[in-house]
Amino acid sequence: MSETPALELRHISKRFGSVIANHDVSMSVRKGEILSVLGENGSGKTTLMNMIAGIYYPDDGQILINGSEVVIRSPKDAYEHKIGMIHQHFKLVEVFTATENIVLGLRDKGRIDLKKAAENIREISGKYGFDIDPDKKIYQMSVSEKQTVEIIKVLYRGADILILDEPTAVLTPQETQKLFAVLRRMRDDGKAIIIITHKLHEVLSLSDRVSVLRKGEHIATVVTAETSESALTEMMVGKKISLNINRSEPKNLTERLMVKNINCSSREGVKLLDNVSFTARSGEILGIAGIAGSGQRELLESIAGLQHLDSGEILYLDPKTGKEENLRDKTPLQIREMGVRLSFVPEDRLGMGLVGNMDIADNMMLRSYRRGKSIFLEKKQPRTLAEEIIKQLEVVTPGVSTPVRRLSGGNVQKVLVGREIASSPSVLMAAYPVRGLDINSSYLIYKLLNEQKENGVAVIFVGEDLDVLLELCDRIMVIGSGKITGIVDARGATKEEIGLLMTKTEGGEMYA
Amino acid sequence: MPNPTPAKREPLFHIVKRDALPLWKSILVRVVAILLALLVSAIVVVFVTDLNPLDVYKSMFDGAFGTSRKIWSTLQNTAILLCISLAVTPAFKMRFWNIGAEGQVMVGCLGTAACMILIGDKVPSPVLMLIMVVVSIACGTLWGVLPAIFKAYWNTNETLFTLMMNYVAIQLVSFFCTVWENPKGSATIGMINMSSKAGWFPSLFGQKYLLNILIVLVLTVGMYIYLKYNKHGYEIAVVGESQNTARYVGMNVKKIIIRTMALSGAICGVAGLLLVAGTDHTLTTSSAGGMGFTAIMVSWLAKFNPLLMILTSFLIVFLERGAGEIATDFRLNESIADILTGIILFFIIGCEFFVNYQIVFTKKRKEAAADA
Repeated sequence: MSETPALELRHISKRFGSVIANHDVSMSVRKGEILSVLGENGSGKTTLMNMIAGIYYPDDGQILINGSEVVIRSPKDAYEHKIGMIHQHFKLVEVFTATENIVLGLRDKGRIDLKKAAENIREISGKYGFDIDPDKKIYQMSVSEKQTVEIIKVLYRGADILILDEPTAVLTPQETQKLFAVLRRMRDDGKAIIIITHKLHEVLSLSDRVSVLRKGEHIATVVTAETSESALTEMMVGKKISLNINRSEPKNLTERLMVKNINCSSREGVKLLDNVSFTARSGEILGIAGIAGSGQRELLESIAGLQHLDSGEILYLDPKTGKEENLRDKTPLQIREMGVRLSFVPEDRLGMGLVGNMDIADNMMLRSYRRGKSIFLEKKQPRTLAEEIIKQLEVVTPGVSTPVRRLSGGNVQKVLVGREIASSPSVLMAAYPVRGLDINSSYLIYKLLNEQKENGVAVIFVGEDLDVLLELCDRIMVIGSGKITGIVDARGATKEEIGLLMTKTEGGEMYA
Repeated sequence: MPNPTPAKREPLFHIVKRDALPLWKSILVRVVAILLALLVSAIVVVFVTDLNPLDVYKSMFDGAFGTSRKIWSTLQNTAILLCISLAVTPAFKMRFWNIGAEGQVMVGCLGTAACMILIGDKVPSPVLMLIMVVVSIACGTLWGVLPAIFKAYWNTNETLFTLMMNYVAIQLVSFFCTVWENPKGSATIGMINMSSKAGWFPSLFGQKYLLNILIVLVLTVGMYIYLKYNKHGYEIAVVGESQNTARYVGMNVKKIIIRTMALSGAICGVAGLLLVAGTDHTLTTSSAGGMGFTAIMVSWLAKFNPLLMILTSFLIVFLERGAGEIATDFRLNESIADILTGIILFFIIGCEFFVNYQIVFTKKRKEAAADA
């Protein structure tokens, strides 16, 4: 190809201690092109992009922009080379307006002219079809609007090369389509766009070319039109795998957990859960869908005894005695002592489910250390359990005594899920259990959840990937701004239907 | 600018986090740090005082070990510092920034002195001893628990709270020094029960400090077992790492915070007892002598391992006593001792950086690449 690429990476390597994040990676992106960087979590996508954006400095290799070598030591250098990165976590000042956030940190001579800046922002918005009010404060914005501000911020600084790190993770299907339309318009305007993702259908529908990374190495760059979902998966994982979830028909459905009109609000008085009612049944997987931060966490934490409720009831039907127990305002310890076998895989694995600096055996002890009357710890039995989980779930670890924070995301999750399942629960709640996991580990987790369901456990699964929710769950409950906006049968529902429910604000009348 | 190619502005070096170093290497780094510290101190000594640095080091060593009296006194100081370090350890392991050990020790001292002065000659010796133990522990516990209750229920800042409690304790001691002054008008207490020796720790095998040392040794082993094998120790570790995890598994975080600080304060109270009844037999506003703060360093340097704290507390006491000896031997003022202690601690603490990180020089990398 004769055309000079807008950005070219040559033999880039980066190590963190003994971990090789990137090894000898070469790739390029042209003007007027959308390049997807595809890879499993931990394959080095974000590290690579951070080196382009000046957050890390490569150990080896060169970065070329429009054919000449550059050194990028800081994000400021990156801006000078017209490179802009939109990070997964937004970096905005909540109490400032969109305009103020966008001009923040710019060093123009003289006073900052906010009016002129707002005008420029409107101009950029018009050009690419953004929908934004420059005078709106960030805290009043939706996630998608915040993302728009981040993108405009980068464009405002004159970026020609845009890097987006998993931009669709927080968006509804509708918002994703809108974002893609904007990205296509930017491409047609001659910008070079790199988008990091691990969602295959997005790659196929949006990008011109795909670069695949595996274990920090560049495997191949292919033209999107000439490839397929299974070919890409194979490159990503390194072997052929089947992407099917075996969903069995639910058997012996019995009501296990009845949530009745629960309300809960934050310290500031904002409603987090608004009159939520539903029933979870044993022998089925109840999926919970919704935009991130719509009350999923609070809902699960209420059931687990970690949230104080303003009103409402959480009733647990004991499968052995048939007795009804109210779990409201009980601490996790009291719930346990009542004989309720409730397992919970929280969203924040290392911050809540596990202790990062402790080893696998000590983490097993979290659930069991109180057992026995001795004032000393029983260390043997948790160690055996740890060894069993390592063997059964194929946890990759140097040993039982390795701190869990040193394990990769997938292995951390295996340890956590393994421990929660080990107590043979009758209700199993899992919040985003496959977030950040590679494909193999994700499918292992789906398999484990399915096994639990077949064993007669009431499984509650909070997910973000609608395709997975539709394939795995029996029923899907949609939550929007703390309200249940609908419960649908997963076997008949479509993604669009759920997407609409996710953004709906009124209470639900759709029930399956 | 040492950088050969300013046009491209490559950084001269960058800092990379290391993997866990093998044990022998991390020990080597620390030994090298101590040697370097001694070298730099020697240079400073030569430049500032024109003395032979070897003589200086010899006198330093003599200061700590010169006579059997000095050895016992070094061991005694180590024991007290170690005791206070043991006290702050569970709190710091729980990530509770207890910088109030100084005050907790002071009220322990105050409680002990009060018993000795007020009831020293009125009750039989064993009863007096028992009351002293109970009172000193109760005082330390109270000083430790107060900030913990406020932290647990209203999330106040424990660093400020414990720090301010220090001043309250010192002012209290200052007040009682005037109340119990002896002789009149001196505003100091002087030796308590000089003639009757009521409440003084007995000598064991003719060594007056031996009982102190034995008590601290028992505490050290006890603390090691408590933190490592006891259920409470496990809870402390979990709360310190992540309060969310602790709540998630149903631990009562408030209770654990208060209980742990009660323990921390109680051991500080014991240190106060050892200081007044076992060592000084008097009470002044500087009875704790800043050891409440030094103990924090001892505890962190040993990475909260009570057994390693024997080493770190000994090192610090050795430095202090040695440096003091230099000052008197060579008739230098106290500042040279402070300078030397400062240099040595700088290297010992600074070497932790090299245990955790390494510096990669850009130039070296290029050459390495060319070789490959």
